[in-house]
Amino acid sequence: MFAYIVRRVLYAIPILIGVNLLTFTLFFVVNSPDDMARMHLGVKRVTPEAIEKWKAERGYDKPLLYNERAEGLQRFTATIFFEKSVSLFAFRFGRADDGRDIAWDIRQRMWPSLAIAIPTFLLGILVNITFAMLLAFFRATYIDVWGVVLCVILMSISTLFYIIGGQYMVGKLLHLVPISGYDSGTNAFKFLVLPIVIGIISGIGAGTRWYRTIFLEEINKDYVRTARAKGLSELRVLFRHVLKNAMIPILTGAVVIIPLLFMGSLLLESFFGIPGLGSYTIDAIQAQDFAIVRAMVFLGSVLYIVGLVLTDISYTLVDPRVRLE
Amino acid sequence: MSGDDILLRVRDLRVQFGQGPQAVRAVDGVDFAIRRGETFALLGESGCGKSMSALALLQLVPRPAGRITSGEVWFDGQDLLALSEQQMRQVRGHRISMIFQEPMTSLNPVMTVGEQIGEVLEQHLGLPRRARRDRTIELLTDVGIPAPARRIDDYPHQLSGGMKQRVMIAMALAGEPDLLIADEPTTALDVTIQAQVLELLAKIQRDTGMAILLITHDLGIVAETVDHVAVMYAGQIVEAASRRELFASPLHPYTRKLFAAVPDRRKRGRKLETISGNVPPLNRRFTGCRFAERCDEAWLRCREQAPAWTERETDGETHGVRCLRYQPGIEAPRVVSRPGSETGSGETKPASASTLLTVRDLKVHFPIRKGLFKRVVGHVYAVDGVDLQIADGRTLALVGESGCGKTTAGKAILRLIAPTAGEVIYDGQDLARLPADELRRLRARLQIIFQDPFASMNPRMMVGNIVEEGMRAQGIGRTAEERRQRVAQLLEQVGLPPEAARRYPHEFSGGQRQRICIARALAVEPRLIVCDEPTSALDVSVQAQTLNLLKDLQDRFGLGYLFITHNISVVAYLAHDVAVMYLGRIVEQGPVDAILDDPRHPYTRALLSAVPSLDENGREIIRLEGELPSPINPPPGCHFHPRCPDAMPVCAERYPDPVTLPDGRVVKCHLVGD
Amino acid sequence: MAKRSRPFWLWPAVTVLILALAWWQLPAQFGVRPVYLWTDRLIFLLLAGALFLGGWIRRREHLRQPWVEVFRQRRAMVALVVLLAFVITGLLDSVHYRKPLPMVDGQQGVQYSVEVVTLLDELLGTLREGTEKTYSAPFAMTQLARETVTLPDGTQSRIRPRLRHGGAHLTDPSQRGRDILASGLAGAAIGVGLTMLVWLLLGAILSRRWQTSWRAALTRIVHGRTEVPWRAILVTAGSLLVLMAMTALWSRHWHVFGTDKVGEDVLYLAIKSIRTGLVIGTLTTLVMLPFAILLGIMAGYFRGWVDDIIQYLYTTLSSIPGVLLIAAAVLSIQVYIANHPDLFETATDRADLRLLALCVILGITSWTNLCRLLRGETFKLREMDYIQAATAFGVGHFTILGRHVLPNVLHIVLIIVVLDFSGLVLAEAVLSYVGVGVDPSTISWGNMINGARLELAREPVVWWSLAAAFVFMFALVLSANLFADAVRDAFDPRLREQSP
Ligand code: SF4
Ligand code: SF4
Repeated sequence: MFAYIVRRVLYAIPILIGVNLLTFTLFFVVNSPDDMARMHLGVKRVTPEAIEKWKAERGYDKPLLYNERAEGLQRFTATIFFEKSVSLFAFRFGRADDGRDIAWDIRQRMWPSLAIAIPTFLLGILVNITFAMLLAFFRATYIDVWGVVLCVILMSISTLFYIIGGQYMVGKLLHLVPISGYDSGTNAFKFLVLPIVIGIISGIGAGTRWYRTIFLEEINKDYVRTARAKGLSELRVLFRHVLKNAMIPILTGAVVIIPLLFMGSLLLESFFGIPGLGSYTIDAIQAQDFAIVRAMVFLGSVLYIVGLVLTDISYTLVDPRVRLE
Repeated sequence: MSGDDILLRVRDLRVQFGQGPQAVRAVDGVDFAIRRGETFALLGESGCGKSMSALALLQLVPRPAGRITSGEVWFDGQDLLALSEQQMRQVRGHRISMIFQEPMTSLNPVMTVGEQIGEVLEQHLGLPRRARRDRTIELLTDVGIPAPARRIDDYPHQLSGGMKQRVMIAMALAGEPDLLIADEPTTALDVTIQAQVLELLAKIQRDTGMAILLITHDLGIVAETVDHVAVMYAGQIVEAASRRELFASPLHPYTRKLFAAVPDRRKRGRKLETISGNVPPLNRRFTGCRFAERCDEAWLRCREQAPAWTERETDGETHGVRCLRYQPGIEAPRVVSRPGSETGSGETKPASASTLLTVRDLKVHFPIRKGLFKRVVGHVYAVDGVDLQIADGRTLALVGESGCGKTTAGKAILRLIAPTAGEVIYDGQDLARLPADELRRLRARLQIIFQDPFASMNPRMMVGNIVEEGMRAQGIGRTAEERRQRVAQLLEQVGLPPEAARRYPHEFSGGQRQRICIARALAVEPRLIVCDEPTSALDVSVQAQTLNLLKDLQDRFGLGYLFITHNISVVAYLAHDVAVMYLGRIVEQGPVDAILDDPRHPYTRALLSAVPSLDENGREIIRLEGELPSPINPPPGCHFHPRCPDAMPVCAERYPDPVTLPDGRVVKCHLVGD
Repeated sequence: MAKRSRPFWLWPAVTVLILALAWWQLPAQFGVRPVYLWTDRLIFLLLAGALFLGGWIRRREHLRQPWVEVFRQRRAMVALVVLLAFVITGLLDSVHYRKPLPMVDGQQGVQYSVEVVTLLDELLGTLREGTEKTYSAPFAMTQLARETVTLPDGTQSRIRPRLRHGGAHLTDPSQRGRDILASGLAGAAIGVGLTMLVWLLLGAILSRRWQTSWRAALTRIVHGRTEVPWRAILVTAGSLLVLMAMTALWSRHWHVFGTDKVGEDVLYLAIKSIRTGLVIGTLTTLVMLPFAILLGIMAGYFRGWVDDIIQYLYTTLSSIPGVLLIAAAVLSIQVYIANHPDLFETATDRADLRLLALCVILGITSWTNLCRLLRGETFKLREMDYIQAATAFGVGHFTILGRHVLPNVLHIVLIIVVLDFSGLVLAEAVLSYVGVGVDPSTISWGNMINGARLELAREPVVWWSLAAAFVFMFALVLSANLFADAVRDAFDPRLREQSP
């Protein structure tokens, strides 16, 4: 197990290097720091001095890859590539355009994000499995047919409308919970309920339909026939036999969801004014703060890889055939 | 049959799939009865409805596609079909249990063996946890699983195929049923394992006195193990009798054909009897006899009047048949019996025919990589030093159980898998070392036919293009027109109309597809064809057609065959020479008669003795313990020694050297020669 | 079975030629100057490709069979009719040109307006031109907000002024209800009439195919005794026609969905957004397909280091959360565009290239899924006996890939393409909200929602922009999803849909 994790971490390195090279190319090669400066300062009042000043304030005044004027190792370290890209590996994210420490911001904003993402993710899976089980139980009846149609309808509605609609109905018309803002500690609860509920509801359509397919595929397997031939009841067959096997593909799908989760709470956080990583990212994108975007891209990849490892580990819990070595 | 000892009586059972005029009537009026404690076989080829009949007894027909449309199943005074789902659950697994064909997929992969057996004990006997465990261990012991206290916590994937089927049997026994339905219980297993499982079933039946309903397509198994047989065809039972009676005097033309189509040694040099055509689709209404289109003895009336079930008494036993010939009051015309045609070859081929292909010390080792840098930590010794010689116009059969490496050897000879070491000499050239472009030219000389006729043709190509593909690649036939004519000619040679060229593979039955594959191989005028289990996916009657065709082609074109198979009766019928393979090596090799009459290697002996035969005279089965070891860690010394009944101390130390006997065969065993 | 008489590409080729000629020559005939945007060209390419593919598939029984199945499903056909309506709108909106300006005395040659319009704009005439000053509610006669105006008698008053266009033909405001009802009914009547016409026409066509009388064909359609569910198709098309006719009549004098902040008709915006949605849903796929297919089957077939590299590529790309990768790419392109204003002739050009860039970026982020699937499938196919048989004949690798592998994975490509479509349309809205979507000057549902969401906080609530965007998007995505379902079921019921 330990060796396995070590190996996975080692495998992750080339991927993260690739991610870094990509962002480096996008941010520094496609557009030079000069371009960025011009963009930020606005087209009108661009003087060469202003550009130099802007660059110097942010540490973009160095050469990209190789510094001729520096000495020894500094030739490689006193470059944009080293300072902005390589240092990400040490989780040194540098400063945002407004001078704040990105790493500190991330540490602060992590908790609200997790407070939304984790319940949405876990409860979402639970709710979807429940509905999918229902459809599978009533398979090939009208309940199933119309259930699937309902799922398709639900998944045809943009997340934006779920959020706007939910906010409007619950927050504005019914005044049940505040529609925006955040608080620390247990008080956060009333701010979190609505986003979490909306997050779950917006995923029901696609999730239920997908899990239903998985269940139906399992139900057609031979071992289910064996279980029935033993005289087990349908519910027991579903819960003891089918569900346990279906957890394997469900977990595989969960990895794909983890990065999407990030996107999902991106919108939720931004709409509900929750000071998490998602709204941080959106604000950065809208302010064109590239330092933050770069940091978040890197962090996103790291999370993805962590998600992969976690999935592999959780396989060992549900599938006895999988052994990590 | 007298009423008292009848355990199960089925009347007019019908199962239908789909609705309306296109509905498939998979089971169409089946009646039979099983006595307490007897073994009753439902015999038939694939698609005849035998498995569906069995599932219907337990109301396990897959819904909502299929449903039972009529019938009664009287079991111990109850009509099972009248029971509610709730009541039916008390029957399943408790009064009647069932085991299935595929032990690999029939067990739940994520539950331990103990949990799966325990479930039955909990459901039907209400045993508490502790007692469940004890009883499970007892059951595992009963079905012959070694170290059951340890095995109980294993997951199915940790067990071999044979072990899994034993676990299935233990699970079926757990509810202490009166009737066990065994649906092709040994079809997925090797012969030696099959012998073990059949023996186990027989022993359990002796001990518990339960009845067994055996669903099978294998006449050999029926001949050895059952009391009564019902033969099914196209959704109906066409003949039923005691086994002795049926084997002594089969009445129905289909049954008789079935017996005649089974290849065996005595039929060498003769064409096998075949049943022409295919099983009729079951989604149509029949007016006459369902077998009429394929029956040699049919006459006009057969197409107009559906035959009724007719019973006759012989020696106090009932023999029922569904054929107009035996129906009272019907005058049937005499049958002009055709003599079995001789092919005139078989044995007559001189043994000194020129050598076509020589394989020397062929090895295929697959590296096992592990760790960060994919270090090679071991090898799968799939083929580990194989020597073969194939002569012009002769058939060499490569025999062995699954996993012994025979298919890998066949593909390595054609370099479809890269050999690790060794030589494959054809026409003075070593195929194993030939540069790619030269090899490409030689490929026309050596061809292959695969086992699965469904996977061996590109479903998106027309048959004509499929057959033509090799000619194009090899530059045979200059113009499109020339190739087209050649394709038509080839199709005709394998007994298909030239129009077949414009159709797609899915429009053909399994046997026809196999013939198209043969045509495709013939297209490039090969000298040698590697036949990789070409008939094992086919029914007996279709297998006979294919074997006849192969034999015929050999006579006409002098082809050499390397016939890879596990089916000894096919070997006995077709092969001139035999090589027996065990765990990557050939343990015995020589002329077919010598080996079949007097096998010298203990493994060959066990293998031959495990094959069920149609002759009733009791043969003695040499029981092999355990199963094929893993080719990653072959046992030291003679690979066979852990299972060999004759093993000696030396066997565990040294691999035996090949010994050539006076009759020309080579054996690798310390018993021989030393 | 194929008849050798006519090659399959004959009719597609003729159609494509006629279309191309028309596109190239007709503008001059009408005295307008054509503008060929990049997305227009690609759409045309896609259309041509689809036509050829259709012609090819028709001739191949095993390829046609699943489509026949799709065409027999009621739900799929209803969805297809709606989709077709959207597609036709989108195509009409893809013919861009500039109109000539009125001649000034002494002018040499014709001057063209800088404004680029499309065929659709021509059809939507009043909708486009009848703008107001600012917000107004659906079917309103007055503005939403009060304004201080000086009355003729010199006093000032805060009133809701009458609209310039909405209800301007009525002098008496109390007539509003009656007018709306009257033109609605008239529209419905026209719609029903058109539907009848379609029915009669359909009957005439089908009667020839079925070899029955016209009357018999008509009753067969009405009773629904047809293999292709013509009745359902007719009912859907009829409902659409009625809706369209009603809206058309209403729009002559009213703003059916109100107007937005700058007074533009919301219905017009919603209709114009269709093209944007379709472009993103289709061109993205077009961009990514070649990569995904080539890399996917190569990785699966050759294995070894080829596989390692391709796997590394897509693992790296998919490790970055989609929005962020898109954001990063869009941002740097934004900077690039901002710094190179000289590259683009008109604002339309710039917006168009940005749209195309978004498609490319979305394509780059979304090819990984298909690539992975294809790799897996090829992995399995490679072991198939027929590929081994081809090897045994000495057939070359690339011939095997083209002849044996590609045709057997195409159904996966098709399924993923149709499944991805609706996801991409939805993604556009989210990305535009985040600020990395289409150009702010491009009309799209995302931009509409983005502009309108803050107005929910206003009193009275401005809900109509959101409602219009919702209705149009929902109709498109739902019908795409329903159609995709049918396609998936017909081509491969076992292929599990990928992730929600
Ligand atoms: S009834 Fe006629 S066709 Fe049927 S098996 Fe008997 S002889 Fe043959
Ligand atoms: S060498 Fe020994 S173990 Fe091997 S087969 Fe002969 S007797 Fe048995």
